[in-house]
Amino acid sequence: MKRLLNWLFPHPAMTLLLVIVWIILQKELSYGMAVFGLILGIIIPRTTAVWWPDRPQGFRIGRMIAYIILVLWDIVIANIQVAWIVLTRPNSKLRPAWIIVPLDLRKPEAISVLAGTITLTPGTVSADMSSSGSCLLVHALDAPNPDAIRDEIKQRYEARLKEIFV
Amino acid sequence: MTWHEIGTYAVAVFLLIGAFFTLVGAIGLFRLSDAMTRLHAPTKVGTMGIGALLLASMTSGFVAGVGSFHELLIMAFLFVTAPISANFISKVNIHMKSSFAPPDAPDEQTWSTLIERDGDEGPESGSA
Repeated sequence: MKRLLNWLFPHPAMTLLLVIVWIILQKELSYGMAVFGLILGIIIPRTTAVWWPDRPQGFRIGRMIAYIILVLWDIVIANIQVAWIVLTRPNSKLRPAWIIVPLDLRKPEAISVLAGTITLTPGTVSADMSSSGSCLLVHALDAPNPDAIRDEIKQRYEARLKEIFV
Repeated sequence: MTWHEIGTYAVAVFLLIGAFFTLVGAIGLFRLSDAMTRLHAPTKVGTMGIGALLLASMTSGFVAGVGSFHELLIMAFLFVTAPISANFISKVNIHMKSSFAPPDAPDEQTWSTLIERDGDEGPESGSA
């Protein structure tokens, strides 16, 4: 029984996510559509299971929601800052910089989330990763003090992600 | 003021915010100096601009009584894919040397974009 369940649901979280996405995609909620969503939620993870051999372990959903709210708030603030820079600062007074962020995170999922967060927030874009995956290369639009930005990324985002992906 | 009026004004405000940020994104793309700084304006200001426009669309739907959450899905997909395209563009910029060069990676590593590959077989650790 347990093996059958494991075979049917190689990724329970992905199945749930697909069902929710399918239901939101529909104009109105009906049982038929929910069942069809469940069928998709079984078929898609099953047929792609070869490429996702491991189930992600140790993920705290509650802290992730708090993190998403924090990041959304930062995106709003960052947008106003970047808009201000774009509209008022002449190019000659702009100080773009490359910043190297050493990583304490090791899980690929956690590093992807961190890199995505960096790209979405304050005037920074994550550009590259070092060959052994121990640091990120980040480009900042305006960095009078690159070390401060590096420390902020580490304290504000990485420390929280370490709590989420245990 | 009825709920209907408040909703209508909210839609107008969201539309204005969205239009403003989209315009700023376009101005930034036009006016910043090198390829890497130019990348910042559309990636960030664009997400906010489109986010506000989608919020306006959703509010308008609920005010008219035909609300749906499709816009939330669009926003979710946008926020997941925007960093990836930004990452691709910056990788291309590193290859083309269109910005000032990035510093060397510490501890005798290289940046994974710059790894020398023999033929098609890359080192396994190199895929980011």
